[in-house]
Amino acid sequence: MSRSAAEAAAVPATIMSRRREARPAVRAWTRWLLRRIGLALITLWLISLLVFAATHFLGDPARAILGRSATPERLAALRTELGLDRSAVRQYVSWLGGVLTGDFGTSLATKGPVSALIGGKIVNSTVLVAVSAVIIAPVSAVIALVSARRRDSATDNVLQVALLTTAALPEFVIGILLVTLFSTVVLTWLPSVAVSWTGSPWTDPVVMILPVATLALAVVPYVARILRASLIEVLESDYVDMARLKGVPEWSAVARHALGNAVVPAIQVMALQLAWLAGGVVVVESLFLYPGIGTALVDAVRNRDVPVIQALALLIAAVYVVVNLIADVLTILVTPKLRTGVR
Amino acid sequence: MSVTKTPLPACSVTGLRVVLGRGGPDVVDDIAFDVAEGEILALVGESGSGKTTLATALLAHTRRGARIDAGTVVLDGRDLLAATPAEVRKRRGSEVAYVPQDPSASLNPVMRIGRQIREVLDVHHAGTPAERTARVRQVLAEVALPDDDEFLRRYPHQLSGGQLQRVALAMAFTLRPRVLVLDEPTTGLDVTTQAHVLATVRDLCARHAVAAVYVTHDLAVVAEFAHRVAVMYAGRIVETGPRERIFRAPAHPYTRALLAAVPSVTEPRVLEGIPGSAPSPGRRPSGCRFHDRCAFREPECTDAEPALVTIDDSEVLARCRRAGHVRAQPLGFTVASPDGSAGSAQRPEPVLRVRDLSARYGSRPILHGLDLEVGRNECVAVVGESGSGKSTLSRCIGGLHEEFDGTITFRGETLPPGARRRSREMRKAVQYVFQNPYLALNPRMTVGQIIRRPLELFGLARGADATRRVHELLGQVMLPPALHDLRPERLSGGERQRVAIARALACEPELLICDEVTSALDVSVQASIVTLLQELRESRGLSMLFVTHNLALVRSLATRVAVLSDGRIVEEGETAEVLDRPAAAYTRRLLKDTPGHGSELRHGGHESR
Amino acid sequence: MAVFEVPRKATAGIAAAPAARRPRLRGALASGRTWVGGALTTLVTGVAFLGPFLAPHGENDIVGAPYSDSAPATLLGTDYLGQDVWSRLLAGGTWVVVTAVLATLLGMVLGVAAGLAAGYARGWADEVIMRVCDVILAFPQIVLVLVLLSVAGPERWLVVVVVGVSHAPRVARLTRGMTTGLATREFVQSAETLGESRTRILLRELLPNMSAPLLAELGLRLTYSVGLVASIGFLGFASDPSAADWGLMINENRLALAVQPWAILAPVLAIAVLALGTNLIADGISRAAAGADHTEGASS
Repeated sequence: MSRSAAEAAAVPATIMSRRREARPAVRAWTRWLLRRIGLALITLWLISLLVFAATHFLGDPARAILGRSATPERLAALRTELGLDRSAVRQYVSWLGGVLTGDFGTSLATKGPVSALIGGKIVNSTVLVAVSAVIIAPVSAVIALVSARRRDSATDNVLQVALLTTAALPEFVIGILLVTLFSTVVLTWLPSVAVSWTGSPWTDPVVMILPVATLALAVVPYVARILRASLIEVLESDYVDMARLKGVPEWSAVARHALGNAVVPAIQVMALQLAWLAGGVVVVESLFLYPGIGTALVDAVRNRDVPVIQALALLIAAVYVVVNLIADVLTILVTPKLRTGVR
Repeated sequence: MSVTKTPLPACSVTGLRVVLGRGGPDVVDDIAFDVAEGEILALVGESGSGKTTLATALLAHTRRGARIDAGTVVLDGRDLLAATPAEVRKRRGSEVAYVPQDPSASLNPVMRIGRQIREVLDVHHAGTPAERTARVRQVLAEVALPDDDEFLRRYPHQLSGGQLQRVALAMAFTLRPRVLVLDEPTTGLDVTTQAHVLATVRDLCARHAVAAVYVTHDLAVVAEFAHRVAVMYAGRIVETGPRERIFRAPAHPYTRALLAAVPSVTEPRVLEGIPGSAPSPGRRPSGCRFHDRCAFREPECTDAEPALVTIDDSEVLARCRRAGHVRAQPLGFTVASPDGSAGSAQRPEPVLRVRDLSARYGSRPILHGLDLEVGRNECVAVVGESGSGKSTLSRCIGGLHEEFDGTITFRGETLPPGARRRSREMRKAVQYVFQNPYLALNPRMTVGQIIRRPLELFGLARGADATRRVHELLGQVMLPPALHDLRPERLSGGERQRVAIARALACEPELLICDEVTSALDVSVQASIVTLLQELRESRGLSMLFVTHNLALVRSLATRVAVLSDGRIVEEGETAEVLDRPAAAYTRRLLKDTPGHGSELRHGGHESR
Repeated sequence: MAVFEVPRKATAGIAAAPAARRPRLRGALASGRTWVGGALTTLVTGVAFLGPFLAPHGENDIVGAPYSDSAPATLLGTDYLGQDVWSRLLAGGTWVVVTAVLATLLGMVLGVAAGLAAGYARGWADEVIMRVCDVILAFPQIVLVLVLLSVAGPERWLVVVVVGVSHAPRVARLTRGMTTGLATREFVQSAETLGESRTRILLRELLPNMSAPLLAELGLRLTYSVGLVASIGFLGFASDPSAADWGLMINENRLALAVQPWAILAPVLAIAVLALGTNLIADGISRAAAGADHTEGASS
């Protein structure tokens, strides 16, 4: 059944000239992209609903802020101040309206605008995530390639056990072990915290080493294991065998035939991990007292600073949606079958 | 077309042995043959015979886990297996080329066709860049494909199955190798496409004096196509020689049994299966590897393995101590007498009636206003190529496909679309047997549980009574009672299909829908399944709808046949009538392209050329 | 629509592949790693459950000066208040282990149910379930947990529910992938033509064929649960701030790493060993499930 569809699709293309073939493909592309962006927007909207509902219905922010001993008068006063006496729908609409115009409300803790509070921290966290990602991608790829090429060898087994061990450990465990090793108990080479650190991340790169190393150790095992699995699959595929049987040298069979087909899983897993890093920084930043959105979120949760929690949760979730959207578009671009076959 | 004898064969193989792991069991062993220039040698074997392993070993390559342990493959006077890796690489593609089984998996999905062909020239540093481009176009033209830029820029998924196989052929012929290894290159192609691909191979080999090793399981193709034949069983060549001699008077019992299992498109043969199944590496018996399935077995056969020796000073070599005796036995096929229902005047009353059936998948129409009837105790075959809609038809009737208009009536009652909307009685009376026995049984249930379930579901038997019925059913499909407690993974494909048939029989059905039930099985197993279905139809008065792409099989099995093309029935009638005097042009073309039509596989084995 | 599905499968396929083969759980026991993992898990679980009865001091007894590494009658010194680290280590594991196990079970049950329903029903039910999953997936697990805990406070039952809910969509995706793969298998269609009920098809035909990958997923989820529950404590959120809890102990003593490292390293190592143990078991199961291709070599 499916072959007939392929043939039906292939035959008219023979007759068409290249230019005529290109036009419907572009139109299909645009339609796909619009649909995909539409879905992302719907997901974002649902996310905003979830964030709002979670902070609104799961508890009473006013009581949460003032504690159990608060008098009814003070509660009522705070509710009016926070606008909690309005209906839930009106509160949501005004909050969402603010978000869309860049106004995330007023922090309960600092009484200043949320956007001013988190603006600089977003930059700091972005630098941390970006530096980590730049290290994670090549390291994972090299480990995966070595391990897949020498599948079941001693090297592979050692790497596998090492990855398995690191993958199991929570980030703060990795971080504390690194601190113990490099900055306190065993050696004292590196600063253990980025505390009292006020400038931009690039002014004092040494404080970045341990946070980045922790994030890398937490993510590399995961990425490397998935890449290894997909590399093994392509290395044992019929087309790589066929390349060898054509007389293609081994390095070329791997580089041109295998790697080209392992790009898609790599894109997908890197996207997932980038999105994960946006939240993974929470624990690592807290451990190293790095002034980013992670510490801001923990502080906000501790202070029950609802507007800040809402803003940060929305932001982190938006990173996931956007990164996945980009990954899907890249996937289509590097997969001829999807690129030319979009319907 | 006479074979030119050259003093030096293009390819000479001796003592080739491939083993699993280090010191593991052999996959193939003691392989020796020569192929002359312009000659096509067919390596015939069923699954597990080691033929694909042998095919890649000819290029000094094995799959992961296997290893070439001994032997020589001499091309151009030099042993490829003794060459350095760099030299092997250089000689692959230029002296010996490979055509894969499944080009849709063997062509790189992210590389354009033109680049993949050109790569052969690039890695062998053949000619100038301009010459390479010209050669790519030239070789595409040789395999009758377009050679324009647009085609060169296509990706594999933009080509049909037949076009992909031609691209693979073009790739193999690019550097004009002296030897070509073709690994089941037409498996999965429709007969028409297969005929065209085979014609191209034959033409190119003859024109450029290329020696071809053609690996296949399809004896009908061999009968039309090969000059010489080597029959493989359990990792050994058991018989080899010129095609005519082997088809006329096989010297090995396995070859003989295989020929008796192949259906013929020209006459309704009674097919004989080979009992048991081919053993996998490591489970092969000592002595003669075929002795446990052999009809000519002697006590000595279990002791020592016979060598491949010349029989009666002919060009035939066989690996059997009784070869002379086997060869002397006349090769007679039993031809079934015409079915009792001959004479279309007295067709039995219809059990199943399909009226004006149109089906679709989403917005894509598949079937267009079909009419079909299946009479009591009839076997109606629905024949068509892939994409004809034959599976959709059977799935509509079986209640697995709901998107259709028109009516399906069973014993006068309308069958609603979808099994869930049908009455218990209808679900019980219409049973479905699936194409792939490897997917049709729940891996987590035992054979006993699988067959027992319908008995309980329809309240036909319970408790000890049900156990007794399950054992009866196992007996009816000729499976030993010991299978009762095994899970499907321990069963061979043929055994699994028998279990699936037993499950259907447990419901005491009136109509059995068989959807390509033998296409995943070896020909020797196919024969025994077909025989079983035939017997069940006669003994139980079953009506049967048999969906297949195999015209030859129809001849042996069906009372009537409906030919399906593009969702329409183009011809319907009694089997002999349709196959001997086809009225529709489509049927005539299909028959012409079906291999084995007018070759040694015909009764008496006379050469017709 | 088909295009939209593909990228998701690209990575999901790796995890779903084992479903094709018969699970060989006995094979998991043949691997040394599984045994090591089992031993480590048993060790830490044993400490967590028996520890409270073996502790020499009460978890809140002051036995010496704060941050002393050589207080009398202490094995690992004292913590920030002068409490005995060894006693608090023995007393502090129950919470982590119990919460992690309950949260994992909740997440697995929710996820498997949602995945089975979505994968077998297809259509709008599938769309709705997977869209809800997408929304939850957009939050990294720790962020979801913090946001949901922020308003109601770190109540124990809420930690179980929240961690469980954060696992559910991940399990649901895996289950759905395997379900859609299996649902088109002919043995499922055969059950459909016989008229078997949907529930029976889900529970008897589909679910048993996913047992090995799901068990491996259970081990993996348990590993993550341990990390998450401990992280909550590490970030300083606890329903009872004075009670002993491995995660919380790290938070309390973090400033003294250079002075009294055992106050931190002891709970860190306990959590590390537990997470490692469960992960090794998960790995053993998934290798055994996928491992049929290791034993059955190439033939023909």
